[in-house]
Amino acid sequence: MPSPRYWREVPARFRLEAVRCRGCGKVVYPARRVCPGCRGTDLEPLALSRSGTVVTSTVIHVAPAEFAMETPYAVAIVETPEGARLMAQVVDCELPEVKPGLKVNLEFRLIRQEGHGGILCYGHKAVPEA
Amino acid sequence: MRDVAIVAAGMTRFGELWDASLRDLFAEAATEALKNAKADHLDALFVGNMSAGQFVGQEHLGPLLADELGMAGVAAARVESACASGGVALRSAFIEVASGASDVVLAAGVEKMTDSTEVTEVLATASDQELEAYHGITFPGLYAMIARAHMERWGTTEEDLSWVSVKNHKHGALNPKAQFRSAVSLDDVMRSSPVAEPLRLLHCSPVSDGAAAVLVVPLADAKRYTDRPVRIAASGLATGPMALASRKDIAFLDAVEASARRAYKMAGHGPADINVAEVHDCFAIAEICAIEALGLVERGTGNAAARKGDTALGGRLPVNTSGGLKAKGHPVGATGIAQAIEIFEQLRGEAGARQVADARVGLTQNMGGSGASSVVHIFERV
Ligand SMILES: [Zn+2]
Repeated sequence: MPSPRYWREVPARFRLEAVRCRGCGKVVYPARRVCPGCRGTDLEPLALSRSGTVVTSTVIHVAPAEFAMETPYAVAIVETPEGARLMAQVVDCELPEVKPGLKVNLEFRLIRQEGHGGILCYGHKAVPEA
Repeated sequence: MRDVAIVAAGMTRFGELWDASLRDLFAEAATEALKNAKADHLDALFVGNMSAGQFVGQEHLGPLLADELGMAGVAAARVESACASGGVALRSAFIEVASGASDVVLAAGVEKMTDSTEVTEVLATASDQELEAYHGITFPGLYAMIARAHMERWGTTEEDLSWVSVKNHKHGALNPKAQFRSAVSLDDVMRSSPVAEPLRLLHCSPVSDGAAAVLVVPLADAKRYTDRPVRIAASGLATGPMALASRKDIAFLDAVEASARRAYKMAGHGPADINVAEVHDCFAIAEICAIEALGLVERGTGNAAARKGDTALGGRLPVNTSGGLKAKGHPVGATGIAQAIEIFEQLRGEAGARQVADARVGLTQNMGGSGASSVVHIFERV
């Protein structure tokens, strides 16, 4: 991924910017032009809370090359209090605790390095609540 | 719409075929299908292929592969819907013939995966790049999340998943074209190495090379090519949200249900009429979710089907008699056509040791990515 492709995603990845549909109330992450719930186009910006609950999860043992040094690592779908769902790694915990129902905070972290230049790519990772 | 039939099939063995290139594989399957029908020309060629551009650096397969058959000039194009590319190529051929646009159409599928050193990364491009792959998820990882959601919702166990693999290997052992012609025990599966928890190696379909092709013509012309044509009674295609996070119920494949509903309606058949089915078991959980979404079992009960023997040869509704993607192999773009060939052989009574007695109506279900696209075909003995 070249850097323009990376920085275009900054509002969603750094600030968790979503939208709420004024037609049906659905919260959609990341922001889109058309509501997938009702096809409405009247959408208001909304930043997601940096917390949520694990809906489902896995622990990756066979990873893509750029994540191979991190195995095993947990990945989950997290639902925020606004009702939006997003995928994130779950870190700073024992892997067997990562199960549906786990309460997590979303923290700003380094996600990966890309390209020969090793561009540092950031986003959010989930950390179990203390 | 005209009635449409398959009159001939050709298929390579599936496996790690180091001696064969993408074009070799395609030419072997395509020439076998043409020879079996004694067809001397084509009006059109559709090639299902997920990712030759990434696996072997070759795009633009339509003209390349038509030329390979000595048929430069015919209408030809590649069709892509990730792992459902083959099924969508068959649908394209079906519609081409049903509409009256063409009379002799080859629907083929091919994938050359073992030349690539980045298969995991290439397959992951069928997921949402910005929302999923960015975070280090893999294809087994996405289906593992579906499995864990199914476990949470329906009490499915790792053992339930493992019975699917045991069954499909048992079937694959009877298929001369299969990549794995060996049975595995429940213990073998349960003790295989973890790939993405709760999925283990023997819950996953392999990396494969292979090609498959079927000749599609109007039913009214079919007897010119064979005395045992198989009618394509219906084709249903549907999509669902791409990202797992966007789905209402992560443990249910909405696109599969929608594609089946469309196909059942077109065929005038329901799930109870199906005698044999090939479904997309890229991972063991996928077979469980597919048979539920197809209505072949009640929602939430797919986990027991393989364990109870319902979906085994000799059971109430044999599923994946070919060995499925798990044992037959999964050269992704070829899979949808290979599924149709298994049903073609079953309905013609040519499936040998895998034959389902008196099979009259068969179904194939082929899906892309983590189930965001699905295509269902229903076939009838003529
Ligand atoms: Zn809406």
